[in-house]
Amino acid sequence: MSGATVPLAVPDRPISGVALTIVIVLFVLVAALGFVAARWRREEATGLHSLDEWGLGGRGFGTWVTWFLLGGDLYTAYTFVAVPAAMWATGAVSGFFAVPYTIVLYPIVFLLMSRLWSVSHRHGFVTPADFVGGRYGSKALSIAVAVTGIVATMPYIALQLVGIKAVLTVLGLGSAQNVLLTDLPLIIAFVVLAAYTYTSGLRAPALIAVVKDLLIYLAVIVAVIYLPIKFGGWGNIFDSAEAKLATVNPATGKPAGVFIPGAGSYSAYWTLALGSALALFMYPHSITGVLASKSRNTIRKNAAVLPLYSLMLGFLALLGYAAIYAGTKPIDLNGAVNPQLVVPQLFLDHFPDWFAGIALAAIAIGALVPAAIMSIAAANLFTRNIYRDLIRPDAKPRQEAHVSKIASLVVKFGALVFVIAMDQSAAINMQLLGGIWILQTFPAIVAGLYTRWFHRWALFGGWAAGIVYGTVAAYTVVNPVTKANFGGSIAAIPGTDIQVYIAVVAFAINLVVAAVLSLVFHAMKLPDGKDITRSSDYGADEHDPKVAEIQREYPLGEPGGPAF
Amino acid sequence: MFSPDVPTRGPARSGPYVIAGILLALAIVVPLFVPAYSVDEPRLAGMPFFYWYQMAWIPVTAGLVGISYWLVTKEDRRRREAVRGMAGAKEEQ
Repeated sequence: MSGATVPLAVPDRPISGVALTIVIVLFVLVAALGFVAARWRREEATGLHSLDEWGLGGRGFGTWVTWFLLGGDLYTAYTFVAVPAAMWATGAVSGFFAVPYTIVLYPIVFLLMSRLWSVSHRHGFVTPADFVGGRYGSKALSIAVAVTGIVATMPYIALQLVGIKAVLTVLGLGSAQNVLLTDLPLIIAFVVLAAYTYTSGLRAPALIAVVKDLLIYLAVIVAVIYLPIKFGGWGNIFDSAEAKLATVNPATGKPAGVFIPGAGSYSAYWTLALGSALALFMYPHSITGVLASKSRNTIRKNAAVLPLYSLMLGFLALLGYAAIYAGTKPIDLNGAVNPQLVVPQLFLDHFPDWFAGIALAAIAIGALVPAAIMSIAAANLFTRNIYRDLIRPDAKPRQEAHVSKIASLVVKFGALVFVIAMDQSAAINMQLLGGIWILQTFPAIVAGLYTRWFHRWALFGGWAAGIVYGTVAAYTVVNPVTKANFGGSIAAIPGTDIQVYIAVVAFAINLVVAAVLSLVFHAMKLPDGKDITRSSDYGADEHDPKVAEIQREYPLGEPGGPAF
Repeated sequence: MFSPDVPTRGPARSGPYVIAGILLALAIVVPLFVPAYSVDEPRLAGMPFFYWYQMAWIPVTAGLVGISYWLVTKEDRRRREAVRGMAGAKEEQ
């Protein structure tokens, strides 16, 4: 480390003045941008007083803005911090699966999301639960989707905070001596984030995502060229990773990790990739990014250009191996090893302070952007599918925007409490659990885009079965080192010893239950809900007329209509 | 009770959709077939095959999705024009 160093409460973690100054300057710049975003492409007549404006940025983002927004949305602290940390700690199966995951993601997005865009555009749907409610005429089902979305998003937001905290810790901020002091920088960063999200809605993360990406690309490209040269080539890096991962862990009696998956972990590897890919666009924040775009083809075009980010993801993951070669020591404030600190520490150890400052700012901002989008998406779910559907069916757009703003604050502070109160490694596992849960909304949403064959109560039954199995199976996975429940997301398929991602088994159970119950309920002639969509809705584009006004005249829960 | 169902697109030709479907299926199935690439050799600039092969699929997928985009939007445009023709060449855009 070069540059000025100032001692702080923890003697072995000095503050790097130059790096810290650069992080603060960039953070202030980004915060200012967040507030300015309120005026960006704003409808003069209505301001931001509707969910379309506040929560979806006016539904007018073109290919470029959508590219940055979705990039900012999908490549988060999970990518920048958690994946390289997993590579550093346990290798390919727990980390590098993210590469095939983000490869197979885009063909899936291409197939599914343009239809969801079309039908949502016509009916003014803001959330995935809006679509499910409209398609199946079932409040129970739409609330199930909404609650799943909110619950699964919370730990994901918490994970972003873990990322920001990792950067702050490495910079030398915070202290182990007092809880408030430890988290004060994080709380300040978060209050600023909450303030500009409240003011500007989805426009803030959309605008900030541009800055975030420029910084991240700069940091990653420089690191990927400079570090291998410094360390004598990728060959050295991979060899040291192979050696470290082969070391036997005394706690488990097994190797520390997997360098190249053997036959026994093939199924874990590909189910983690496929399950994550199917789950990602069920998350409310991904769907928010989709619905904020201007036209049907914006999404498809993005499915072809977004993989560029995956290349960056792959190299970032490999930085976890570079850190093994470099002997990076990710020691947390309490003296314990915290793998989440690996990438920030690597930058601080091997680059001039000013460049480390840029890279660390990029990681922190890269966590702020998705945190903002996620809190907006969760707030929209609450407003539309709980507040409006259950409490105030006659809510005006202005009221909806107001409720959503408040809800976004509640969601964020909930996540903040989560991070301060809970163990950080738990946040990573909770995110994997989030994937198990959110995937259970897939049959209702995706099958609904193509067919109305499934019965609404059968989908509800499938959802419940998937959630119960997934939660129980994840709970029974015990971390071999800490002996804690929710210790991982991989378990054997019941009755076999094939190890797979729990989400995929839960999903299969969900589908089978939904199909069998549909046959039974159709045979019983159990009344099915009213479908307010028509086949032409699924191919509608930008300039086709909307039917939102008609929906308002004939709301879903009209007297005599099957509301439940 | 709702507005009449005005078709947004004319009848589809299956060709472009089938080809796009095959390309997209390739882009999903091949990267998930782990036994094909779970080996160390040959290395590329020191990087084991397992790692560089998967990274190499990123641009390939982008290409496959790009071709699908071109095929499908071309067909969509034709279908929209077909339906507009039926509706009496209504001026739009």
